[in-house]
Amino acid sequence: MDVDMESQDTRDIASRIVTPGSVITNDTAFMRGHGTFAERTTIYSSVAGAVERINKLVSVRPLKQRYSGEIGDIIVGRITEVASKRWRVDVNSRQDGILLLSSINLPGGIQRRKSESDELQMRTFFAEGDLVFAEVQSYFADGALSLHTRSLQYGKLRNGTFVTVFPQLVPRSRSHFHTLPCGVDIVLGVNGYIWVSKHVPASKVEENSELIYSDKNEFISDDERETIARIANCIHLLNRLYVKITDTSIIFAYEASLTHAVKDLLTREIAIDLAHNVKTRLEQQS
Amino acid sequence: MSRQELISPEGLRVDGRRANELRRISCRASVLNSADGSAYYEQGNTKVLVAVYGPREPRNRSLAQQDHATINVEFNIAPFSTSERRKRSKGDKRLLEISSFVKQTFEGAIQTAIYPRSQIDIYIHLLQHDGGTLETCINAATLALVDAGISMMDYVCACTAGFIDETPILDLNFVEESSIEVPNLTVAIMPRNGNIALLQMESKLHSSKLEDVMELAVEGCKHIHRKLDQAVLVAAKDLADKLSN
Repeated sequence: MDVDMESQDTRDIASRIVTPGSVITNDTAFMRGHGTFAERTTIYSSVAGAVERINKLVSVRPLKQRYSGEIGDIIVGRITEVASKRWRVDVNSRQDGILLLSSINLPGGIQRRKSESDELQMRTFFAEGDLVFAEVQSYFADGALSLHTRSLQYGKLRNGTFVTVFPQLVPRSRSHFHTLPCGVDIVLGVNGYIWVSKHVPASKVEENSELIYSDKNEFISDDERETIARIANCIHLLNRLYVKITDTSIIFAYEASLTHAVKDLLTREIAIDLAHNVKTRLEQQS
Repeated sequence: MSRQELISPEGLRVDGRRANELRRISCRASVLNSADGSAYYEQGNTKVLVAVYGPREPRNRSLAQQDHATINVEFNIAPFSTSERRKRSKGDKRLLEISSFVKQTFEGAIQTAIYPRSQIDIYIHLLQHDGGTLETCINAATLALVDAGISMMDYVCACTAGFIDETPILDLNFVEESSIEVPNLTVAIMPRNGNIALLQMESKLHSSKLEDVMELAVEGCKHIHRKLDQAVLVAAKDLADKLSN
């Protein structure tokens, strides 16, 4: 087989921006993946984005799209409905995710059977409007996500503020829970939902398992509130610039922002200034 | 009543265009932050803003379809869009008609089967009205849907055409559109294979003339397609650049 031909072809197809209805390839050797459709022997793009090719599979990754879940993703969601033996969770996807009563850790015994009384008091664990930190466990037949919170690090979120960003800006990584040096915890949900909160040592939760489902905020001092607000604004800023949101980029933005008041961070001039600063630092690093 | 001359002896129309000329088009994708996709579209003095949300969990679960997405279109004319200020109720039949046309048009273009049990909302706001409402709505909605990353078989491009003094004319403006003598044909096509997504005319036109008028409208659609494609590429390249940095 002609190897040169192949590499030529690869370069031709991959890393190209296409728009809906444009031809990706006429070659029948390729299989069509997400973001494409086939008509006779031709593969067309159905979204605007970059062409990706893995062996014989061609797909188009749109540059902007709602979150589409993958098993193992760590996400933040908001409870929208309490149903029988399950919660419906808004996960910024095309359908609500589902959190089954059987896939949460109950307070008290780590492994105990779910009884009828648990079913009746589901609202004491999660009520409508609560934010949960969860992991995608599997898909249902219709494509809805099934979530679980079977680990002490997952559970209800409190003591902080909520930020929404473009889902594609949050890369999948080893850890999505970070404690920043400024004393703030962040949870980076792959679905574009981010939780910024006061730092609470993990040991404290481990000691008292009742705390997992607590609705009460702890005491948060004015300084802590300001830092949380500053981080939240920094994330908004990174989102506006369309920069990948990771703990490093947030720290860079935070450090650059220290010379300004929190409330001014998102004003036009300061935002542009900070953007430049963060970008150069990120480039230096890479 | 003296009839207003819609084409001058020199062959120019009321706004100085030739018979086969489109109005100036300018458009931009991703204009709103909160929407999944959005677009601002100007064709001459007709200006439209579209926001697309979804695919998302249906607001009313009884409307959810098991095997495909439901499309919901809401069309709204701003009170300040016409020279005479007028507020329209939400149930205005004219508005409902246009939104249902847009809905039907896109049901054929969006690959709804890959988004089961979800809903795609398209909110259209007409900010300034100068004729060709339906065509601008469809063009702007296409741009916003592409911006939202929703899978479509192709763009849907729409254009109007009419017929004055034995000449087919392209892209009617408000004056031409409101004249009773001018038939007003709206065509929406999918440019890749030329399939017709929408064909609408409420006035009389001799059947022997239809073909010429259609042909002109389709030419207009193809031109609009190039414009939209450019706007999408600009937006996509911009995002790709930002992301690669």
